[in-house]
Amino acid sequence: MIVKRRKLTFWERLYIPAILGGFKVTIKHFFQKKVTMQYPEEKWTVPQGYRGAPYLVKDPEGRTKCVSCQLCEFVCPPKAIRITPPGPAGDPNAGNVEKSPKEFDINMLRCIFCGYCQEVCPEEAIFLMKDYSLVGTNRKEMIYDKEKLLSLGGTHDDQIWKWKNK
Amino acid sequence: MFDWAFINSLGPHQQFLFFSTLKVVGVIAMVMPMIAYSVVAERRISAWIQNRVGPNRVGPLGLLQPLADGLKFILKEDFTPAYVRKVYFWVAPAITMIPAFLAFAVIPFGSNLGNQRMVIADLNVGILYSFGIVSLGVYGIVLAGYASRSKYPFLGGIRSSAQMISYEIAMGMSVIPLFLIVGDLNLSKVIEYQANNAWLVFYAPLSFAIFLVSAFAETNRLPFDMPESETELVAGYHTEYSSMKFALFFLGEYANMIAASAMMVTLFFGGWTLPFFGLDKPATTIPMGLLHIVIFITKMLGFMVLFIWVRWMLPRFRYDQLMDLGWRRFVPIALLNILITAFGLYFKS
Repeated sequence: MIVKRRKLTFWERLYIPAILGGFKVTIKHFFQKKVTMQYPEEKWTVPQGYRGAPYLVKDPEGRTKCVSCQLCEFVCPPKAIRITPPGPAGDPNAGNVEKSPKEFDINMLRCIFCGYCQEVCPEEAIFLMKDYSLVGTNRKEMIYDKEKLLSLGGTHDDQIWKWKNK
Repeated sequence: MFDWAFINSLGPHQQFLFFSTLKVVGVIAMVMPMIAYSVVAERRISAWIQNRVGPNRVGPLGLLQPLADGLKFILKEDFTPAYVRKVYFWVAPAITMIPAFLAFAVIPFGSNLGNQRMVIADLNVGILYSFGIVSLGVYGIVLAGYASRSKYPFLGGIRSSAQMISYEIAMGMSVIPLFLIVGDLNLSKVIEYQANNAWLVFYAPLSFAIFLVSAFAETNRLPFDMPESETELVAGYHTEYSSMKFALFFLGEYANMIAASAMMVTLFFGGWTLPFFGLDKPATTIPMGLLHIVIFITKMLGFMVLFIWVRWMLPRFRYDQLMDLGWRRFVPIALLNILITAFGLYFKS
């Protein structure tokens, strides 16, 4: 395609209309509302279905929902999850409630926030929450252990109380 | 308390030396913070024009930003690449910086305080001096380009020299009509003339237009920032520089802008005078003298804002267009302007 180049008039070749136009545009933007978000004070609303940091949740009775099946550990692409199962003994006080993990570490430096752990979990015990700014001063601090994950995850509002009558 | 009475015991030469030193220190003490805050203004205004907020974290309204910037420059590693020409590499930033400050020497930034004229050196050839000094600034840039011994700074240096030559001539010619009108090269006399008649921008608007555009080219500001042109030459002549040496180039650029603004205010906008409230007469009292300095600085800041504003408005000129504008438009127009003014004055007298 050939674009016809219009010959500029003398007035236009003086650069003056372009400069005046520039002044007009810039002064308009100068007084417009600013779009900057003052980040640490203001934060964006995290959309539904956002995949933030994976945390463990408790059921409404305060039990750890994770049953230490290790599916998430298995599925995790970057091998960020490490679970230590309770072993054959289990918790004698738990009654018929299934075993829970002895240790559950997620290395947030490895985690790629893919959400496979949440998808694979048969107990709905791990969820990708809305946290997106994870900070620490060293690598060790970025490996979140069970207590930290549970406290960050909070309680999951279950529809079915699986262990209620067990 | 400092005893001012000892001044009277000094001889005239000693007094001159004493007050000149005082004025030099005063001007530098004024210009340095102005440079620092021009950088903040630059960042803020650019942000506002781009619907952003700009630096607002350091101190109230981000007003302590220059401190943070300065600290950063000082603490950064001062890296000298192994392949540069060491001596020139070290000298170049100073050569850029010094002429920018020297140009302030002849600019009358106020009427008087007490019985001291508010100009460091009241030269009879003030304008020639400032043109001579300001054009030295190009050596720093060319030298930086040459000393860096890598292609982008070199291209920047070459561009700078070519640009400087083409605009220096138009700039020099553009002020000749002023001196035809005023009849003196002394900047104080130029201001006196403007106080008695009208601002010279009304007598010689074409001169002002050429001078303004040339000033943009002279100070390497967009739309004529060919030596730097980040998008083409990485960072142009100061690609290889870091830390305080880079900061000197940076300060030099802003000092140049302030000097050019001061020059324009002096030549075209009546310097420290205002045509009403009797502010066009040399001050008799200290507050009046201070007010004149404030007027001068306010006018200067107006031009600084213009410099900054234009940077965020116009795209960079293509190199050949820039040369074309300098040689084939401005030089003939400036010559014509001289002729017209000369004929006008001839027929008027």
